[in-house]
Amino acid sequence: MSHSHAAHDEHHDRAPSGLMRWVTTTNHKDIGTLYLSFSLLMFFVGGTMAMVIRAELFQPGLQFVDPQFFNSMTTIHALVMIFGAVMPGFVGLANWMVPMMIGAPDMALPRMNNWSFWLLPFAFILLLSTFFMPGGAPAGGWTMYAPLVMQTGDAFPFLIFAVHILGISSIMGAINIIATVFNMRAPGMTFMKLPLFVWTWIITAFLLIASMPVLAGAVTMLLTDRFFGTSFFSAAGGGDPVMYQHIFWFFGHPEVYIMILPAFGVVSAIVPTFARKPLFGYSSMVYATASIAFLSFIVWAHHMFTVGMPLAGELFFMYTTVLIAVPTGVKIFNWVATMWKGSMTFETPMLFALGFIVMFTIGGFSGLMLGVTPADFQYHDTYFVVAHFHYVLVTGAVYSIMAAVYFWLPKWTGHMYDEKLGKLHFWLSTIFVNVLFFPQHFLGLAGMPRRIPDYNVQFADWNMVSSIGGFMFGLSQLLFVYIVIRCVRGGQKATAQVWEGAHGLEWTLPSPPPYHSFTTPPVVK
Amino acid sequence: MIRRIRHRHFVAALTTLTGLLWSFGASADWTLNMRKGVTSISQEVYSLHMIILWVCVVIGIAVFGVMFWSILHHRKSKGAQAAHFHENTVVEIVWTLIPFSILIFLAVPATKALINIESTGNSDLTIKVTGYQWKWRYEYLDEGLSFFSTLEAKSNQARHLRSGVDVATVDNYLLDVDNPVVVPVGRKIRFLTTANDVIHAWWVPDLGWKRDAIPGFINESWARVEKAGVYRGQCAELCGKDHGFMPIVVVAKEEADYRKWVEEQKAAQAAALQADNPDREWTKEELMAKGESVYNANCVACHQTDGKGMAGVKPIAGSPVATGDVADHIDVVMYGRAGTAMAAFSQLSDAAVAAVITYQRNSFGNVAGDLVQPSTIKTEYR
Repeated sequence: MSHSHAAHDEHHDRAPSGLMRWVTTTNHKDIGTLYLSFSLLMFFVGGTMAMVIRAELFQPGLQFVDPQFFNSMTTIHALVMIFGAVMPGFVGLANWMVPMMIGAPDMALPRMNNWSFWLLPFAFILLLSTFFMPGGAPAGGWTMYAPLVMQTGDAFPFLIFAVHILGISSIMGAINIIATVFNMRAPGMTFMKLPLFVWTWIITAFLLIASMPVLAGAVTMLLTDRFFGTSFFSAAGGGDPVMYQHIFWFFGHPEVYIMILPAFGVVSAIVPTFARKPLFGYSSMVYATASIAFLSFIVWAHHMFTVGMPLAGELFFMYTTVLIAVPTGVKIFNWVATMWKGSMTFETPMLFALGFIVMFTIGGFSGLMLGVTPADFQYHDTYFVVAHFHYVLVTGAVYSIMAAVYFWLPKWTGHMYDEKLGKLHFWLSTIFVNVLFFPQHFLGLAGMPRRIPDYNVQFADWNMVSSIGGFMFGLSQLLFVYIVIRCVRGGQKATAQVWEGAHGLEWTLPSPPPYHSFTTPPVVK
Repeated sequence: MIRRIRHRHFVAALTTLTGLLWSFGASADWTLNMRKGVTSISQEVYSLHMIILWVCVVIGIAVFGVMFWSILHHRKSKGAQAAHFHENTVVEIVWTLIPFSILIFLAVPATKALINIESTGNSDLTIKVTGYQWKWRYEYLDEGLSFFSTLEAKSNQARHLRSGVDVATVDNYLLDVDNPVVVPVGRKIRFLTTANDVIHAWWVPDLGWKRDAIPGFINESWARVEKAGVYRGQCAELCGKDHGFMPIVVVAKEEADYRKWVEEQKAAQAAALQADNPDREWTKEELMAKGESVYNANCVACHQTDGKGMAGVKPIAGSPVATGDVADHIDVVMYGRAGTAMAAFSQLSDAAVAAVITYQRNSFGNVAGDLVQPSTIKTEYR
């Protein structure tokens, strides 16, 4: 359709070249590529910290790092992975795919798009520079609980400002997606025809706009407590340390869904493609996503059952928390029903999507267990929790990003990736991620608290197994980088449709697509 | 050639790993599940845990069963043709209602257990637990008894980087303390948890719960230990550098043994109070000797044995506070420094405060020469 425009577009828009092309770009594809490359870099920065953690926990006794540095590792690993790897990963996917999926030429607010990306490197320079400051990097946990976070050294204001900048970047990214989807859909592309990836991203964008300012408020109060004599969270000054946790988790729980709803969208795109069958229960998928988003605002205190809430509060948060299992269950059932009586093939994106469904569900089960308050009194702050959120974040969110990259890489580059290596990457990752995280359930149940650099010998066996899994999982990711770089450089030419069962506007564009995706809006029947 | 060497390295690494795993296997167990514990709460929580676990396993087998059956049979390579159905209202309503009813089935025992855990009334005795960086203080409110509980000395030596001690040779490594909290079997004990500096969490898995210790808050929980024995736990809320090194040991004794222990502790505390008499004049030797032991129990974790401190901790050796005006020095020790890791130590006895300050001013190369009398602390700072 727009083939004839493609060549013409190539000329007049790519004026700056080299580095300045990337610094000044307002193109959704360039910015998507920047986000995805940054996400991959941060995945390895955060991953290196995870390797330090697993090396220290390989055996009982301290071998490599002192406890303060260990705490910095867990703290910064989490911040880097959440704000640097997973969130920018999904924003990168949205930048690339949303305009192409709704039949638009670009994002609605291209200059803001550029700024929201270029804030990120500066935020992480601030955050990572704290390793070289007196008192060391922040070590009070990524949740920055008062009063412990007040003991951070010179790094403290850098931590706060890094979080502020990340928040601003996320909010602008979210506004951009909402503006794009609400205003730039092709004629005939009604809301209930939107691909689920677009739907899940709109809902995610609203969650971001609602929750990020709350985080900004919480950390600003920390800042004034430290430097301007307020006592929001200091008991000695009449403040309330538990209030910090309430405010933080009012942001924090929606944040959890910010990292998983786009993953649902990715899986909902991949499963029908490789089952060669339309997605089962499209409208119930939309409603389930919206229900999960709504529930995410009334379950926050399940992260803090042990602070000593009144019985009525504990019961309320237990009931609302376990209720999330219902819409989440609907999603899993819909994916299984989509596969049912399909005509399935198992290319790498499908393998990662299937891995997502199985292992995210394992994380969902442990989430249900954690939601039951009396049992949570045993699980809370143990390795059981660590296992739970790594199942939903690594084999959930990260797996979906990898599935999406394999799924759309031929579209982006115009080349097929090496299928054999892709499958090898999947199987290595899947075997070792389970060796890494499954034993952590056992450690938590046996009584090992999280965030400790050293432990009693009774925990030695599973820790060693987990560390071996960790090293091998980490190494396997180098294969991913190799596959992606090789695919960018060349390979078998990809067709416009790429996958036999692919449907949707993005597959009507050539691979790679023209610089301005749809210069003439396509008509959607 | 290169390949053969690599192969040999690989085999060597594998053998070492197996050996390591084996050596720990001798001293440790491959524990898989939660323990049942020794209170009615812990047993109720355990059975609740097992119910949810099995519900999840059954649902998992059913859902993944269908999925894998589909993966095996509905594949293109077997010639499967794709059907075209994409919704079915009845099925969708059914699979919304089934999980909902399972949740209600789970909520009933969970609610019962929670009501039981929160019923802290009618207790037989009350123990107040206060978290400090990085130790616990126990106060027996009915007996007027109180003491601190810190990591036991052998673990404390072995836990440092390059300590040269094989941790496998330390009994109950990181799970042993100098002064365990002793409780009577069969009595309802009310625990009041709070903290002095940052948030901690008091957790003994065999009791079946953990509860945060929060400055400015007093949380209530309870336990009735059914069996005499030693039960170990740890701080469960990140509380700074030595979060992993402030274990909890509960020793449950029969009523008569418990009474005997209480009387012994009372006598010992009275004697200690006598020895710590703040009203008498102390010699420098006495203050230095006591100061050293107080330093090693309270200060050494951050300020180190050489007084030189560490990252984020100011040194005592050559510091302006420890070599300057003594009033400033007392001020820092008694009230701490807001916004830093330096906590207030006013909970120490008059003699302990006086002694540790004297010790700090005359050790690590400091030669202030002056000494602080316990009576000064008592009359001017209390």
